[in-house]
Amino acid sequence: MWRNPLALAVTLPALIVIIIGSTIAGAEETHKHTPTVKVIRDPALGDDAVARMENVIGQSIFERIWVSAPSSTEAADGLGPMFNARSCVACHPGGARGSVLNKDGSLGPSLLVRFGHKLTGAPDPIYGNQLQTDAARGVPADGKFSVDYALLETKLGDGTVVELRRPVVTLTGLADGPLAADTVTGLRLAPAIHGMGPLDSIPAELITAAADPDDQDANGISGRVNWIDEQAGTFGRFGWKAVQATMEAQNAHAFLADMGLSTPLFPDAYGECTVRQTICRAAPSGASSQFEDLEVSSTLMKVLDRYVGESVLPNGPAQSASAETIAKGRALFAEAGCGSCHKTSYDIVWPAGAAKTRHIAPYTDLLLHDMGDGLAEQVIEGEALGAEWRTAPLWGLRWAVAGEGDASLLHDGRARNLLEAILWHGGEALSARDQVAALSADDRQALISFLSSL
Amino acid sequence: MTTRQKLIAGSTIMIGLGLFAAGYANAKAPDEAAVLTNYANIAEAMFGDAISTAGNLQAPIDKLIAEPNAANLKAARQAWIDARPSYMRTEAFRFGNPEVDELEGLVNAWPLDEGLIDYVDAGSYGATSDSNPFYTLNVIANKELQIGADKVDATVIDKKLLQSLQEVGENEANVAIGYHAIEFLLWGQDLNGTGHGAGNRPASDFDTANCTNGNCDRRAAYLKAATELLIDDLGQMHAIWTDGGAARQRLLKGDAKEGIAGILTGLGSLSYGELAGERTKLGSMLHDPEEEHDCFSDNTHNSHYYDQVGMVDIYNGRYTRLDGTAVTGASVKDLVAAKDAAVNDRVVAALADTSKAMQVLKDTADSGGQAYDQMIGPDNAAGNKIVDDVVTGLVGQARAVEAAVAALGLKITVEGSDSLDNPTAVGQ
Repeated sequence: MWRNPLALAVTLPALIVIIIGSTIAGAEETHKHTPTVKVIRDPALGDDAVARMENVIGQSIFERIWVSAPSSTEAADGLGPMFNARSCVACHPGGARGSVLNKDGSLGPSLLVRFGHKLTGAPDPIYGNQLQTDAARGVPADGKFSVDYALLETKLGDGTVVELRRPVVTLTGLADGPLAADTVTGLRLAPAIHGMGPLDSIPAELITAAADPDDQDANGISGRVNWIDEQAGTFGRFGWKAVQATMEAQNAHAFLADMGLSTPLFPDAYGECTVRQTICRAAPSGASSQFEDLEVSSTLMKVLDRYVGESVLPNGPAQSASAETIAKGRALFAEAGCGSCHKTSYDIVWPAGAAKTRHIAPYTDLLLHDMGDGLAEQVIEGEALGAEWRTAPLWGLRWAVAGEGDASLLHDGRARNLLEAILWHGGEALSARDQVAALSADDRQALISFLSSL
Repeated sequence: MTTRQKLIAGSTIMIGLGLFAAGYANAKAPDEAAVLTNYANIAEAMFGDAISTAGNLQAPIDKLIAEPNAANLKAARQAWIDARPSYMRTEAFRFGNPEVDELEGLVNAWPLDEGLIDYVDAGSYGATSDSNPFYTLNVIANKELQIGADKVDATVIDKKLLQSLQEVGENEANVAIGYHAIEFLLWGQDLNGTGHGAGNRPASDFDTANCTNGNCDRRAAYLKAATELLIDDLGQMHAIWTDGGAARQRLLKGDAKEGIAGILTGLGSLSYGELAGERTKLGSMLHDPEEEHDCFSDNTHNSHYYDQVGMVDIYNGRYTRLDGTAVTGASVKDLVAAKDAAVNDRVVAALADTSKAMQVLKDTADSGGQAYDQMIGPDNAAGNKIVDDVVTGLVGQARAVEAAVAALGLKITVEGSDSLDNPTAVGQ
């Protein structure tokens, strides 16, 4: 189903926007946020030896560096022909969210460029849905990209001026000429993998019931389901625009698009190469007949899915804010209406078949919301329009903002800290954003402290 | 080999204590302190023996360097194979004893990106890795190394240089030292895949007069320094178990039940996670010879086998040293048997099942019929079964150990995570 993007109410954020210059990623940046955390197996899960062994093996698959076919390991080759990374962990370090920049200030593998037709979201006829920046020997990669930042300023209620950065992508060295005229681009940062099993277990009706596409309750918040098949009741809940219906699909799609590896769900050995990328289509396949004609067999997917589904973040790091400050921030979060989309908690049955329900607090409704022009890009994914994004879960922010240097928040890592991330909110979140911008410095800090504790 | 972080043993495991309302019911139960003392004595003896067998590497390696020929290379390789069993027997100490785990990476780090050390086959290994800038650093061929912004003088290859390169770039695949670095220097890459044969480095790689593959003097210096360092580092692992050593002190002065739980943690974690999972099942699932633990030498069957021998020794509280003397005393087995004889029988039976499966593995490889990397090959159902039987045995063993933990009223809990729940309980 296609909807005219102009039909959506466009809300301009109340920013005082001044383009004050641009900077090339990496040139001046000498520091970045370095994730130091590594996901662990959810300690609430049982001690069953087979389950724990499978989890350890799944972790090994997650960290495995894949090689291109042909190789000495028939069962475990098939990287590419085109790919963005050789392993899951290259983009999701320790299972945590990726950073835009490498330690040396260069653009890291965690950021990728998404393509789509500006009106339909259809793949670029040559380059497909994603820019693959690397390829097996003898196969040309799609190309490379660089990121510049437009710098903007916004003034808060107390007069504080905050600098924001908006990334601008430049594609370089495209192998087969320019993109089609109607192809538009977007950036996507590799998210953290923790908590995906529990998110997968939130009953569908709890998510769909919260949708209010026509804002019938007139609270300014709509919330749409990214339906894959509304008749069948299937809809997306994973990815920045909620395109993948299940954790398994999200994992398999990452194998396909990011690493060029075929799986039971996406069995094309040539990965994401299009029919017009003939060298890529003709490159050797890693699929072998004794392993289901796949590069990643169902056996391997099963343990990988277990690892991802069972991963959670460890406790910590220590909070510098007092309990009182955090409590105050929590109240401010509620007052500003952030919880309308960042829905706090659910009771779920997880793992499947568990005897009692479990209370989880991901802070997301998993629905699409119009986030305004500031965050809008033109790529359409499924029913998600350019300005629409899935409410990002907030659990785990405590690690995403920990450590020295800049964090990489929002879908393209543009926000270097939580305040910037909040100030980018517009559209349905404009009222909440404006309330935060109007807070006193103390209250603002309390809100940040609360978010930094999640 | 592929880059993969090794399991960080024990580092995220905290031992929680179950409540003992009335101590042990059975009067025959040994004193916990005596069990811990005997455990520390066995550790001290096992690491002592590992030092002596590693010491036996030095003479043949010196001879190989002095007279590089096939016979002397063969003798040096045999000395390495002979050195492995006494180290592998210690592995169950690694899990559950953080002092051991901290040092373990110095001697047994694996898997490794061997291009850090020496030349590799460009076709199968590749020239670059997106996760490891030092993937093909090749210390042996380069007298100056670019490490980040710094240039490191590598004119002289000595222990200090090698220590500085271990896990360079904070990447665990950059293994510069330890058994597997030495193994790579003695055998070279195994380029046979799941076919027959181990690594096949020629002795002339150490021959300064008729040098093959360049830099034979530097390769010899690397081998010699790495061997000396291995002995030094095993010395550190031994020292923590001697009188006043950190591990012995913690066990004897700390909470006894926590110590006992640590013994069982070691047996359980080595069984299911490390040995059954990462070192065995993963390779058989992938049918990937790169996932073989002693992959250069095709000695994996022995390294697995002696892991198991060590676990049996530790459970029984009895170890026969290389010189024939026995170290024996109160055991965790006695504790379990006194508390619940049936559970002890279950552990004993599970250990025996695994030992039996390991024996088949070892005999098959020792007979020359097929090496471990052939057994995990994709078209080898019989070989796959031999390996999978080992996994089944180890999993059963881990479950039996879990039952022993429960019987003793101990609780092994993994470090907590509130992530799924609301972490900030305040203000609600």
